[in-house]
Amino acid sequence: MNEQKTPPVADPGLEEHEHRFTDVDEAAADRAYRQIVGMLAAVPVLVLAFLFVYFGVPKDAELVLFGANFQMQTTLLGLTGGLATLLIGVAAIAWARSLMSDEEIVGDRHGAPSPPEARERVLADLETGIEASGIRRRKLLGTGMAGALGLIAVPAIVTLADLGPWPTPDLRAETLEKTIWAEGIRLVNDVNYLPLKASELLVGQLVNAVPANLEELHGAEHQSAKAKAAIIIVRMDPNSIKIPDSRKDWQVDGILCYSKICTHVGCPISLWEQQTHHLLCPCHQSTFDLGNSGVVVFGPAARSLPQLPITTDAEGYLVARSDFTVPVGPSYFERDSSKDYKEGDR
Amino acid sequence: MAKPAELSPESPAMEVRTPPKEAAPSKLAGPATWVDDRIGLAKLMGNIRKVFPDHWSFLLGEIALYSFVILLLTGVFLTIWFKPSMAEVEYAGTYELMRNVPMSEAFASTLAISFDVRGGLLVRQIHHWAAMLFVAAMTVHMLRVFFTGAYRKPRELNWLIGVGLLSIGLVEGFAGYSLPDDLLSGTGLRFVDGLVRSIPLIGTWAEFFVFGGEFPGELVIARLYMVHILLVPGLLLGLISAHMALLVYHKHTHWPAPGRTNHNIQGYPFFPIYVAKAGGFFFIVFGITILMGALIQINPVWLFGPYNPAQVTAGSQPDWYMGFVEGAIRIIPNWETHLLGTTWSWNIFLPGVGLMGLLFTALGAYPFIEAWITGDKSEHHLLDRPRNAPNRTALGVAGMAAYGMFWLAGGNDIIATQFHVSLNAVTYFMRVAVFVVPVLAFIVTKRICLSLQRADRDRVLHGSESNIIVRSPDGGYSESHAPISQGEAYSLTRHPQLEALTPNGEKVGRTRQRLSRWFADGQVPTPTAEEIEAAAHHSSDVAAIEGGDTPAIESSETAETGASH
Repeated sequence: MNEQKTPPVADPGLEEHEHRFTDVDEAAADRAYRQIVGMLAAVPVLVLAFLFVYFGVPKDAELVLFGANFQMQTTLLGLTGGLATLLIGVAAIAWARSLMSDEEIVGDRHGAPSPPEARERVLADLETGIEASGIRRRKLLGTGMAGALGLIAVPAIVTLADLGPWPTPDLRAETLEKTIWAEGIRLVNDVNYLPLKASELLVGQLVNAVPANLEELHGAEHQSAKAKAAIIIVRMDPNSIKIPDSRKDWQVDGILCYSKICTHVGCPISLWEQQTHHLLCPCHQSTFDLGNSGVVVFGPAARSLPQLPITTDAEGYLVARSDFTVPVGPSYFERDSSKDYKEGDR
Repeated sequence: MAKPAELSPESPAMEVRTPPKEAAPSKLAGPATWVDDRIGLAKLMGNIRKVFPDHWSFLLGEIALYSFVILLLTGVFLTIWFKPSMAEVEYAGTYELMRNVPMSEAFASTLAISFDVRGGLLVRQIHHWAAMLFVAAMTVHMLRVFFTGAYRKPRELNWLIGVGLLSIGLVEGFAGYSLPDDLLSGTGLRFVDGLVRSIPLIGTWAEFFVFGGEFPGELVIARLYMVHILLVPGLLLGLISAHMALLVYHKHTHWPAPGRTNHNIQGYPFFPIYVAKAGGFFFIVFGITILMGALIQINPVWLFGPYNPAQVTAGSQPDWYMGFVEGAIRIIPNWETHLLGTTWSWNIFLPGVGLMGLLFTALGAYPFIEAWITGDKSEHHLLDRPRNAPNRTALGVAGMAAYGMFWLAGGNDIIATQFHVSLNAVTYFMRVAVFVVPVLAFIVTKRICLSLQRADRDRVLHGSESNIIVRSPDGGYSESHAPISQGEAYSLTRHPQLEALTPNGEKVGRTRQRLSRWFADGQVPTPTAEEIEAAAHHSSDVAAIEGGDTPAIESSETAETGASH
């Protein structure tokens, strides 16, 4: 895109300046002047109102505005403070637009590069400096300094190695690949921690549950454990679902238990389509078929929802038979995903 | 080019009317001398009468700058009470619905800011609105710079700084809305955990390093807090300073108009006009964000509750600027490779890390790619009208269309429930739309650009419609056209014609030649001086024949249509 040599129409030069009303009509200028001063005079009034609201309006007072409820204090502080701020801006711009001289002026551009003599001077200075440093004769000074500067970054980076524990195979087995589920742990309601009886679940029902031992954990430990151990329990008509031979004893009369944590990026899933036995993740819409060992039927998730083998204890409460057989939650690089249930597995 | 120089001494320009200014220093002389004696203030101040051009589209970057300042001011206020800790506490504040609920200190202190600190909720809401505005203003400002070709030499480095600002602006926003540790922000962090994990080879290590172990751990909020209030703002501040310094050094680009050239700059002086205008605009942006904070609720975390890894709300969405990544994550097919005991999550890595990388790489590389295609090595201070660079404009709109489709896909569930259509159908549609819509957008935009070029050409040759319908003696009707001013004709014809690279001397590769031919292809030639001359003669002939007393001059085209009626 090269600059055209001569445009077909000659440049007529800058357009003639047009005077504003406020330039030619003294009354208009005075009017603008009064408006601007009026706006500035409103600012102290609004500031006073702000102070009154801050000290005078109780925090819990409500304000109904356009049919919606507002915290009165928040809203009035914002209205007074915001209008005062806005008025300062409008006044300044009105001043610039109507009362400050609006003669356009023209400046020159000189192009980005430095003048050639400046470039040459700097190059010459650099030469002199390099010569004075002695680096030309004693070459190891340069390489030595560059190498040392490069290597000094190594300690700085290495000190970051304690950002977190290293996910070695042993640690992964204790963290990512393990939950607090174990043989005999009761499945309890995730709100009140009450154990669940198999006989009390109806066909079509879904219960959000957690392991009974989660209640003992607190703080970060609790959150990390819950982020892996949360489950959903569903009861379906055993005749309307497919149960592979290997998982015949993972369920109790059509009561099946799956990880609640999506195998995509780990959102908790619980949108339950009772008739189709599909479970939809509200984050990215991955859909799993709980009537078919949790295989993916739609969406970005690639792996089946892990199923928790369950049975009942002597009192008829649902208990886990073991931990999950595969790691729950989103994929990670070292995950061996060959053991996950795939459509058609027996 | 000599014209402006001639004008200034004759016109009552600012420089000429300086006498009153000379009286002013006498009052300022005392303190000014005191400061100047110590720090050489006069040298530091440079030219306070520096010229800036005026156009509404130049305000977009200013909005971004001012919202950043607002973020700094309101952010400092919030740090006074916010506690970046994931330690568990039992809520005992004034919000009754959360009494005795176990939650992190971060969430409890966010509730305290919202309910117990006077003006706290207002400042929180201003901060969040300003953050939305910050990214939005940067984005629109970038589009303005793109479509007008303002990134061309010598401003490529400033464009790169801008791309850097936008990308770390997204990080800053994300880190910020993750801090309150409410259900929504925790869900966002859960997503980031999945995203980090998906990185091939190092994902698990990166996850353990970011979160200090397994998700969610007890460190990530304190770390994000450091990133949000120290690391990224520091980087933003540095980059913004460099961005502004280069702006001042290069001087602002201006729109082509009579008298404006590549070697001058026409506008108003910094002092006092822009001090008042830009300063005033800061207060307007601030005032409006305060009013938004007062009237429009944003992120009501007390309705969401504390983070619980076993809960999520349907319709969970990130802040708007993360929507395109969210959309890509939603519509990607479930590609995952299982190989020798390892898992490669393309379904997360490609749309997450890959798409963001692609966007910012493409943005950063574009000025250099275009310069390579056009072989253009000259400095540009005059902006392009988007229509005069049809392929660039069409590419830009195609990019916007792709971004828009990804963004729309981020709300596929909302679209499905609001319009009562199948979620699956929406998802399948978006999978195709992200590829097809940009192509359509490209074609349509290019056609529009060329049509506008044709309209410009017609206007130069035949003048503007006069709204006067003339009936000829034989009964035909035609509209007479009035010639346009020389200034307008100059503005419509001054732009350089795109030319394909010709391999003279310098070796030009085949791909480059083909691209360059494509880039220059199809444009409507601007009328030549001879054509304009001929059209003008023709018009005046027609006017002479018709002999009407209207000053309007018919164009050849309408005369013909008139006759054929």
